[in-house]
Amino acid sequence: MVPLSTREELVIGRYAEIALKGGNRRPFERALVRRVKDQLGERARVEVSGGRVLVHLVPGAALSDATLALCRSFGVVSAQPAVRLLRPVEMSEVASEVIALAQQAIQRGASSFKVAARRADKGFFLNSLELNRVLGAAVAEATGLRVDVHHSDLELEVDVRPDAVFLAGVRVAGPGGLPTGVSGRAVALLSGGIDSPVAAYLAAKRGLALSAVYFHTFPYTGEGARQKVYDLCRRLTVYAGPVRLWVVHFTEIQEAIAELVPEPMRTVVARRMMVRLAEEVARREHAGALITGDSLGQVASQTLEALSAIGEISTLPLLRPLVAWDKTEIVSLARRIDTYSVSIRPFDDCCVLFAPQHPRTRPTRAEAARAEERLDIKTLMASALRKSERLRATPGSLEPLTLQDVR
Amino acid sequence: MSGHWESPGFSRREAVKEDVVSLDCYLDNAATTPVAPEVARAMLEAMGVASEHRLIGSFANPSAAYRWGVQASRCVDAARGVVATTLGGQADEVVFTSGGTEANNLAILGLASALRRRGRHLITTEVEHRSVLDACHALEEEGWEVTRLPVDDAGQVQASQVQRALRPDTVLCTLAHVNNEVGTIQPIAEIAQALGTRGPILHVDGVQACGKMPTPYALWGVGLASLSAHKINGPKGVGALWIRAGVRVRPLFHGGGQQGGLRPGTENVPGIVGFRRALELATADATETTRRLREHKLRLWRRLREALPGLAANGPDPEDPVRAAPHILNVCFERCLSGVVRAEVLLHRMEEHGLACSAGSACSARRPAPSHVLVALRLGQGCIGSSLRFSVGLQTATAEIDRAVDIIRTVVSEHAEVAARWSR
Repeated sequence: MVPLSTREELVIGRYAEIALKGGNRRPFERALVRRVKDQLGERARVEVSGGRVLVHLVPGAALSDATLALCRSFGVVSAQPAVRLLRPVEMSEVASEVIALAQQAIQRGASSFKVAARRADKGFFLNSLELNRVLGAAVAEATGLRVDVHHSDLELEVDVRPDAVFLAGVRVAGPGGLPTGVSGRAVALLSGGIDSPVAAYLAAKRGLALSAVYFHTFPYTGEGARQKVYDLCRRLTVYAGPVRLWVVHFTEIQEAIAELVPEPMRTVVARRMMVRLAEEVARREHAGALITGDSLGQVASQTLEALSAIGEISTLPLLRPLVAWDKTEIVSLARRIDTYSVSIRPFDDCCVLFAPQHPRTRPTRAEAARAEERLDIKTLMASALRKSERLRATPGSLEPLTLQDVR
Repeated sequence: MSGHWESPGFSRREAVKEDVVSLDCYLDNAATTPVAPEVARAMLEAMGVASEHRLIGSFANPSAAYRWGVQASRCVDAARGVVATTLGGQADEVVFTSGGTEANNLAILGLASALRRRGRHLITTEVEHRSVLDACHALEEEGWEVTRLPVDDAGQVQASQVQRALRPDTVLCTLAHVNNEVGTIQPIAEIAQALGTRGPILHVDGVQACGKMPTPYALWGVGLASLSAHKINGPKGVGALWIRAGVRVRPLFHGGGQQGGLRPGTENVPGIVGFRRALELATADATETTRRLREHKLRLWRRLREALPGLAANGPDPEDPVRAAPHILNVCFERCLSGVVRAEVLLHRMEEHGLACSAGSACSARRPAPSHVLVALRLGQGCIGSSLRFSVGLQTATAEIDRAVDIIRTVVSEHAEVAARWSR
């Protein structure tokens, strides 16, 4: 047993929705703990206690890493760095710790504060009002922060317990949502553009583990496009944990469509083929839904009629988290989750070769079905899947998986 | 020193299907070239790793006071001499940089900064490399005036155009000796003569010309010349700016005063040594080098034209020894194929067969905008979108050219076959 050190740093993660869900609560908490552990590895001990996640830092580990890990875990509403000092402890020591917590908060933009002291040990030589006064004066003097007992940016919590003094600083907002995996798994269709990774992020936020599928159309798009999707996957893993990516060989299907489908209907038919393939991928990934970045009315294939003609193909729920989002809103979230800079990277996309000059914007389902009559859908799909590659993305790496499951 | 250092490990974690297609025909030598084995050996020695059992002093800092430092500085000076010789200048007029882009920036911004009280007008052309265009643009934002001369259908400017553009406040004329996309040779000697000895300084971007053809810039009356090592089988990350004695240039960086304060920072000795060796290899028999490059390029051009009726060369006539560089061939596939042709699709199909070439110049190939050079040549949109650049190098073999012709022919017929089935 490692002797208890007299000072311990930890981060408190709070969650809201998990606590509401009666019988599901345990698995939810376990999923959240696993997600945080995945990120921190040996650097911390993670436990659930009193309806909160406590991340105890191993000496030498950075408090900011643990805070960041919590802020990237879906389900967490806020992360709060804290310090526990074993008693007996000098008041000067408590004061300097409180000041350090206040300084962290200044870096996050706090300008006013108050001290909120509690005294579970009534025998302590200062009562809670005196504690507020003494520590408040120390912080104000050391940091220049303004005291504001009604509308402070920062509440410095001081809890004097019989065995220890517990201090907690700024609450950093987490992403909210539900822990990764508790809602099951879904397959995100990634294009390399701005919208699809944002849609995948939002779906993952509601507790979905992610698999992804990318349709590669070499030589009509180059390896640069594939690299973009690789990089996007890796950025998604920062929030959603490991992502399994399928790179499906779409070239022959695209060429068959150019040959056999009337020009105005090509986009809709191509999208229907993508949904069919994605559903097949979902079946093999044991996923229960598909995720697309469709935003209503953004392009020709995103009118209500087109969405209907494309969506009817899917027997799984087709999640479209961005359906009512404006481009500016999508871009702002893309920037926040750091996928934007990858999405806007230029690359040679010659799929324009296949884009109809005048796409049919309001196709009916019957028209779409008629347009693809001449395609040998089964054979094309089998061949596309046989030639696909499967990879596993984590924040630090991207590794090919064996082709066993592909066959 | 014993050999206790572990050999560097290479992580293959990201290698995903990358090396399945081997690079059989490399015809993108205007983008970059492989390092010649002799160059690599010279560099390895200059890094101080020649022996595992004994520390050799060649890695020393050229500014150090001890003998090994002096030796390293001698290596740098010797390389300066070799660079100067290829330009007909003096060794102390050469400043080593991180490559062609830095040399161009140092030349243009450095000279502009030194002469800004004399005038604020400069002359360039519409077909320059991005590093020149963007440096000129940066000056424009500071209030300078820039005249961008148009070119003829072959991509050339004439000395008379430069003369007409001259103004009393013109301080600099900057242009490339050889255009990087279509290979047009500019009449540098004539332009230098037109500017006269008392007129504005002439800066020549010699990155594509150096080592491929005669570049006696000093004798022609040029004031500044940029060079780069990696276009002539040298390493990436090293280049040079030759500054004729008496031409004032202000440094872009500040530091320890190396290279006369013009380009402070510890010299990239291995890179410089590699640059020197590459230059020596290219210029040992300069006439023969030019002849071989030209022979390869013409073999490619003649055989391609024979195989693909309708193929057209962009820029100068490839057969023209005065106006066409020996190593660059830019061709348009528009009339070899019916329907829409996209150069990038052809490029990717060639890539699958192990042939590397370029659509537009490599520095801007990843932006979807059409090449400004092809636009300046007044080529149609269809032609610009279906043009590819093939460029040969010193290591190119005749068999490589023949293989490339086969691949290109296969790819074109492959593409025609697929595209013919598409209904429009």
